Amino acid sequence: MSGQLTITQLQQKANDIREDIIRMLEAAGSGHSAGPLGMADIITALYFNIMNIDPKNPEWEDRDLFFLSNGHTVPVQYAAMAEAGYFDTEELITLRKFGSRLQGHPERERLPGLENTSGPLGSGLSQAAGYAYSLQYLDDQKHRFVYVMMGDGELDEGNIWEAAMFAGKYKLSQLIAFVDRNNIQIDGSTEDVMPLEDLRGKWESFGWHVLEIDGHNIESVIDAASTGRAITNRPTVIIAHTIPGKGVPFMEYDYHWHGIAPNSDQAKEALIKLRTLDGKITHEGQGVEAS
Amino acid sequence: MSHYPLNPDLFSEDVKQEPIRAGFGRGLKAAGEQNNQVIALCADLTDSTQMSLFKESFPGRFIEIGVAEQNLVTVASGLARAGKIPFVSSYAAFSPGRNWEQIRTTIALNNQPVKIVGSHAGLYTGADGATHQMLEDLALMRVLPNMVVLAPGDSIEAEKATRAMAESNQPNYIRVAREKTPIFSTNESPFEIGKAYVLREGSEISLFGTGAMTHKLLVAAKILSEKGIEAEVVHVPTIKPLDNEVIIASVRKTGRALSAEEAQIAGGLGGAIAELLGETLPTPLKRLGMQDRFGESGKPDELFDYFGLTAEKMADQIVDFVQNTSQYHRDY
Repeated sequence: MSGQLTITQLQQKANDIREDIIRMLEAAGSGHSAGPLGMADIITALYFNIMNIDPKNPEWEDRDLFFLSNGHTVPVQYAAMAEAGYFDTEELITLRKFGSRLQGHPERERLPGLENTSGPLGSGLSQAAGYAYSLQYLDDQKHRFVYVMMGDGELDEGNIWEAAMFAGKYKLSQLIAFVDRNNIQIDGSTEDVMPLEDLRGKWESFGWHVLEIDGHNIESVIDAASTGRAITNRPTVIIAHTIPGKGVPFMEYDYHWHGIAPNSDQAKEALIKLRTLDGKITHEGQGVEAS
Repeated sequence: MSHYPLNPDLFSEDVKQEPIRAGFGRGLKAAGEQNNQVIALCADLTDSTQMSLFKESFPGRFIEIGVAEQNLVTVASGLARAGKIPFVSSYAAFSPGRNWEQIRTTIALNNQPVKIVGSHAGLYTGADGATHQMLEDLALMRVLPNMVVLAPGDSIEAEKATRAMAESNQPNYIRVAREKTPIFSTNESPFEIGKAYVLREGSEISLFGTGAMTHKLLVAAKILSEKGIEAEVVHVPTIKPLDNEVIIASVRKTGRALSAEEAQIAGGLGGAIAELLGETLPTPLKRLGMQDRFGESGKPDELFDYFGLTAEKMADQIVDFVQNTSQYHRDY
């Protein structure tokens, strides 16, 4: 999708997506809150600016691709897809319900526009790398890019580092990975559960170009992706520092919100906070305009 | 019974022998010549899994993954999403042994036509011992929805099976053995995914074999015939989907069933036939194979003898089974 939206409009779109997430999770009665809220700005930037996609033609042969590796955060992808026009936003509240195309974890065959099936952690980077290998070495399609989102806790998985070695070896320059660096996982802080630092050094030593950004600054997300596309001799990983539960003050930074959904009172409060924003989504000099 | 041409020398002492994996190697090269979307990935075992023939012919379509079986199958899933037909090979103990969850999620549930080649499967892996003698692969793969499971009987059939896999739009698993095994089929013998073949007609028991065990059953049937027992031999190279029709028709005729595989009897061919007969045509059944135990180091001949899986030892067990079990089947 070409970038017709201004940064301000993108920020508003990210906020719409956050509201969608709260409504979806409340209706579902289960699911993950913190990750999807924290990733909303990155996913918005991808679906509304960075990626060359056609929501009305999800199998468009010239499209860029998005692979979600941390499948439990799929509410943010569903919300972005609906807002982008892949399907009606009314369908969002069917999340996790019987008969829904919006499975608790994403299943490619259920919903056009999904590129992979994920949930068990650690395998999305490989799938994205396989596709990127095909574009670079088998199909000679240099104009297409493969984006993949990973959680930071997910980096505990060995499969990720197998894929990191593979992408480094083959210099998969059309592969651009995001790490949602929110510092939490189910059992607590990532550095307590299984330390990831020096995370930048790890990726660099595997042959990747590493960028670190504020994952809530949409302009930075767009710039980083642009840099990633311009680097033609290595894959790029964007370590996006985010706040889990971003936008809902009582969820922010709290790992207990990793794997639970808000009840109706909590959802009501969350929606009020999101509508007023309390200044939290904004960044210096580029706040969301009051509407 | 449709005619199945058998190798006329199959009972000879010097019957031609070849590793089943060699047939896979030829089949993969042929599939690659036929379709340029066929690609091959290997986890640091290119020669021993016989992918080298493909690699030499199509170096640009071969991807070395290194010793990383989880990455092997998940990269293949991504390549399949890009429209490719990826064959991935390693030893069966590692793939699908180590990477089963990745296969389940990114290939079976994701329904991508990745072709998983488990080499060095079964007791034929011999001296390497129990760690490398993969005996659970058939069970692991058979329980996955969307997955096709193949265990060709000899190298000629392996070549045909590999070419058929390249044309299948489903995820497939094929098990191939390391050591030379006798060739009982011919170039003219039929092979189709999902079909079982009656190789020898008989009236007193149906012997179902898969992989290289089928040749041993043919030899066993010859021994049995000399003892006055006429056994029907049915080759089952596709364990999933099982050819219910051919199996039921044979058992309806003979009233006794026996399965033979160089794998755990739970979950593989024996398990599949037990489920089929239990649900549709209860019949006395004996399952030969690994009886809930691991193998150990040794020459394949020594191991097959020790575990009662040579033609002679199976013939003894079949005589015992036939003499002590009446012919019976019952329709629901």
